[in-house]
Amino acid sequence: MSIRYGSLAGLATAALVLSAVATSGEELERKGIPAPPGHVFQTIISGYQFRTKETRALQDDDLENPGFLAVERAADVWKTVDGGEGKSCMSCHGEAEKTMKGVGAAMPKWSEKLNKPVNLEQQINICRTEHMKAEPWAFKSKELTDMTTFVRFQSRGLPVAVKTDGPMSPWFEKGKEIYYTRVGQLDLACASCHEKNNGKFMRADFLSQGQTNGFPTYRLRDQRLIPLHERFEGCMFDVRGVPYKPLSDEFLALELYVAWRGIGLPVETPSVRN
Amino acid sequence: MADKPRIKLPKEAKKGEIIQIKTLVSHLMESGQRKDAQGKPIARKIINKFTCEFNGRPVFSCALEPAISANPYIQFDARIDEEGTFKFAWTDDDGSVVTAEEKIALKA
Repeated sequence: MSIRYGSLAGLATAALVLSAVATSGEELERKGIPAPPGHVFQTIISGYQFRTKETRALQDDDLENPGFLAVERAADVWKTVDGGEGKSCMSCHGEAEKTMKGVGAAMPKWSEKLNKPVNLEQQINICRTEHMKAEPWAFKSKELTDMTTFVRFQSRGLPVAVKTDGPMSPWFEKGKEIYYTRVGQLDLACASCHEKNNGKFMRADFLSQGQTNGFPTYRLRDQRLIPLHERFEGCMFDVRGVPYKPLSDEFLALELYVAWRGIGLPVETPSVRN
Repeated sequence: MADKPRIKLPKEAKKGEIIQIKTLVSHLMESGQRKDAQGKPIARKIINKFTCEFNGRPVFSCALEPAISANPYIQFDARIDEEGTFKFAWTDDDGSVVTAEEKIALKA
């Protein structure tokens, strides 16, 4: 009896190993984390693993990583008074290293007041307009991207821990629908590249799983930090579609869904990508 | 060029030890090859020179050209024979200079 079970277990293990080899040769070489049950991936892999060792070396060294120029700038802005209330971020939040730890890893989060999810860029502007009586920063502006990077950097190393249940459910489902809907003249969905073909060489680069754990990311192509919704815009533009607007409901829903696709991955902000 | 340059070097070293110095400065390094949305060329504006001195004596310098990417990263070695101050200077095309300094002590 025990011998039969033993060989059955052996067969099952062999089958698992064989299926891993069959899916994608590249996937085996790239380290990832095991996905939770019911997840779309078996192994969740950060975009870091798809880059060359030179690019990874840039990210690994805090002095060489150009993203840290933004972190330093925003660290000063954090302490600077701005707006009619005469407050700085520090006035309410104290030392960012303590109070912002974990905040970036859980975004987007539900806002009772607005009855919708809110991401980090939006929350920063909410703080500025409502509590500091200061002007909101424009999306893609250096100030907003710097501060988003600085706050998310306080969660570096912590696992992505976004909540997708409760009031978030309809937004999660909307994001999922957007992820799998083909758009544009090239008629491609996010899943077409990032789920079906990750690891393959496309547009002179290796397609990643399309994870968001490293955003805002320093893109070597742009030589600056890029916020997530700008990248979403870029992807839609690349398939010759009409992109949704940054900070729109569509991109918020998509941000929520894609964050779930990377659940458990360590936050890498500020990461370095192509 | 208003941001503080980032510099990494050891706080102390043994006499005769060769240390590695890493520097990173924030600069657009506009090459002069790009054109704006209207098709007009965007003027060149780069850091064209980097110098490093130790206790008043030159240690390392280089001329930078438009091919260098934004936020130039420069890394070099230096032999420490005495304690003192490293002075770094980045010169822009428009003549302005950004400076920084770091001290190093001798290990007993």
